[in-house]
Amino acid sequence: MSAHSGTDLRRGYRYWVTFSTLLQKEVLRFSRIWVQTILPSAITTMLYFVIFGRLIGDRIGSMGGFAYMDFIVPGLALMSVITNAYSNVVSSFYSSKFSRYVEELLVSPAPPWVILAGYVAGGVVRGVIVGLVVMLVAMFFTDVAPHSWLVTLSVFVLTAVLFALGGFINAVFANSFDDISIVPIFVLAPLTYLGGVFYSIELLPEFWQWVSLLNPVLYMVNAFRYGLLGTTDIPLVMAFVIIAAFIVALGAVSLRLLERGVGIKQ
Amino acid sequence: MHALVVQQLRKVYRSGFEALKGVDLTVEEGDFFALLGPNGAGKSTLIGIVTSLVNKTSGRVCVFGHDLDTEPEAVKASLGVVPQEFNFNLFLPVAEVVINQAGYFGIPRREARRRAEFYLKKLDLWERRRSEMRLLSGGMKRRLMIARALVHRPKLLILDEPTAGVDIEIRRAMWAYLRELNAEGTTIILTTHYLEEAESLCRNIAMIDDGRIAAVAETQALLAELDAEAFVLTLTAPLAAAPALAGLDVKRLDATTLEAQLHRGQTLNDLFAALRAAGVEVASMRNKQNRLEQLFLEMIDRGRGIAPAQAA
Ligand SMILES: Nc1ncnc2c1ncn2[C@@H]1O[C@H](COP(=O)(O)OP(=O)(O)OP(=O)(O)O)[C@@H](O)[C@H]1O
Ligand SMILES: [Mg+2]
Repeated sequence: MSAHSGTDLRRGYRYWVTFSTLLQKEVLRFSRIWVQTILPSAITTMLYFVIFGRLIGDRIGSMGGFAYMDFIVPGLALMSVITNAYSNVVSSFYSSKFSRYVEELLVSPAPPWVILAGYVAGGVVRGVIVGLVVMLVAMFFTDVAPHSWLVTLSVFVLTAVLFALGGFINAVFANSFDDISIVPIFVLAPLTYLGGVFYSIELLPEFWQWVSLLNPVLYMVNAFRYGLLGTTDIPLVMAFVIIAAFIVALGAVSLRLLERGVGIKQ
Repeated sequence: MHALVVQQLRKVYRSGFEALKGVDLTVEEGDFFALLGPNGAGKSTLIGIVTSLVNKTSGRVCVFGHDLDTEPEAVKASLGVVPQEFNFNLFLPVAEVVINQAGYFGIPRREARRRAEFYLKKLDLWERRRSEMRLLSGGMKRRLMIARALVHRPKLLILDEPTAGVDIEIRRAMWAYLRELNAEGTTIILTTHYLEEAESLCRNIAMIDDGRIAAVAETQALLAELDAEAFVLTLTAPLAAAPALAGLDVKRLDATTLEAQLHRGQTLNDLFAALRAAGVEVASMRNKQNRLEQLFLEMIDRGRGIAPAQAA
C-alpha cells in the first residue's frame, strides 16, 4: 500500500515536472515576442477608448445605467483575454505540429491530459496578463474599479481556459497557417462582437435576445461586467454554470483528439 | 530478456497503403541490431509505431516486457528515438531543446541541465549550446537528435538513419560513441543505407522488404553465406581482350579495367598468380561493392529469405 502510494507520488511529481516544463516553454515563447503578443491588445484597447469612449461615447450617452465608456471596459478586457488565450495555444500547438517537434511530446511518457494542461496553462497565463494590462489602460481612461476582485479574476481565468481549449481544437484540425487565422475572423470575432461587448442585449428585439443566449461569450461578458460594475443581464450563477459546462465539453473533446493523435499521428 | 518484441504488426495508412504486412521481430537486450531494407520498405513506419509516433492498425509491441497498449508510459520511458527527419523547434537555443526534452520525461530542471551539459559535450555540441537550432549544420542537428534521445537514459535506443548526411570523421566518432553506449548496456537498433555501417557495428541484422521481414540473421553468418565476392582491377597497360584464366571468372570492363569474381575456396593469391602467369600487371584493386550490399541486392531481387548466393 505504502509502496503503491510512493509510486503514485513519484508519478505525480513527474507529471508536475512535465507540466511546468511545458508552461515555462510557453511563457518564454510569448514573452520573447512580447511586441507581437502583449503590446497589440494594449494599443487596440487604447484606440477603442479614444474612439468609442471619448469621441463617440458622449453622443451615445448611458448604457445599462453607466457611461458608455465604463460600460464597454469589461467587454474590451475580456476580448483581449479571449483572443490572446486562443491565439497563444493555436499558434504554439500548430507550429509544433507543422515543424513536427510535437513528436518530442509524443515519444515522452507524459499522458495526454498533462500535455493539454501545459498548453492550456500557457494560453491562460498570456490571456490573464494581457487582460490585466488592458485593465490598467482602462483604469487610466475611466474611473472603473472592480466591484468584486474574486469574480473579476475567476472570469478572466475561466474565459482564458475555455478559449485556450478552443485554440487547441483549432490547431488540431488546422492544415495550414491560413486555417489558424480563419477561425478567429469568422467565429471568434462575431461571437465577441455579438456577445454584448458594446451593447446591453436588452436593446435587441426579443428574438435576437434569445439567439444571443446561445453565445457563450455573452455569459462571460456579463459575469465579468458584474465583477467590475456590479451589474449583469444574466444571473451570475447561471453565467458560471454555463461557462463551466462549455469548458467541460471542449476539454473532453480536446483530450479525446489528443489521445487519438488526430492531426499529429499517422 | 527481450528488449523488443513485435508480433504480427500491420499498418495501413489512411491512403489505404499497407506499409507493414504482419511483421514479427525480436531484439534481445544488449544487442546491436540493424534493420535494413530498400527505400519504402517500412523501416520508419515500424520505428514510428514502436516509438508512439504512428498508430498501428493491428498487432502487438512489447518493450522490456511492457505492452505498448496497456503500459505506454513504461514503454516510452525505456525508449529513446532518433527519427529520420529533423523535428526541432528551429527557434530554440540548442541547450533548451535537450533540457525541455528531459523535462517532458519528468526529469527536474537542475538534473536536466546537468544531463544536457553531459550529452552536449559527449556529442561535441557544447560550444554551440546557445545558438538557435536553425543555425546548426545538418550533421550537428543529427548529433543533437542523439543527445536529445539519450537525455532520459533509455535502455533501448532506436536510430533511423543516424548518419545520413554526416561526414566521414563525425560518422566514425558516432560509431565509436554508439559502440560505447552498447558496451555500457544500451540495446541499439539502427537503420542505415550504408551497409558498411551495419557490417561494422551490428551483431544481428533483419532485412525488411515491402512491409515484411525477409530475413533475420547474425551479421557474421550472413556474410559467410556469400560465396562470391567481386573485385575491380585497374591495369597498368591496356588489354585487347579478357585473359583466359583457368577456373577463374574474369571479365573485361574496358581496356584497363577487369572485374574478377572469387568463389568460395578461391583466394586473392590464386587470382594474382594466374594474372601474373598471363602477364597482366595490376596497378590497383577495389571491392566492386560492399559484401553486405551484394548479399542485400541478391536477397531483395529474389524477394525471399537467405540462400547461398549463386555465381552471377
Ligand atoms: N503518411 C503516409 N501515408 C501513406 N503512405 C505512407 C505514409 N508514410 C509512409 N508511407 C508509405 O509507406 C511505405 C513505407 O514507408 P517508410 O517511411 O516506413 O519506409 P522506409 O523503409 O523508412 O524507407 P526509407 O529508407 O526511404 O526511409 C512507403 O511506401 C511510403 O510511401
Ligand atoms: Mg525511413
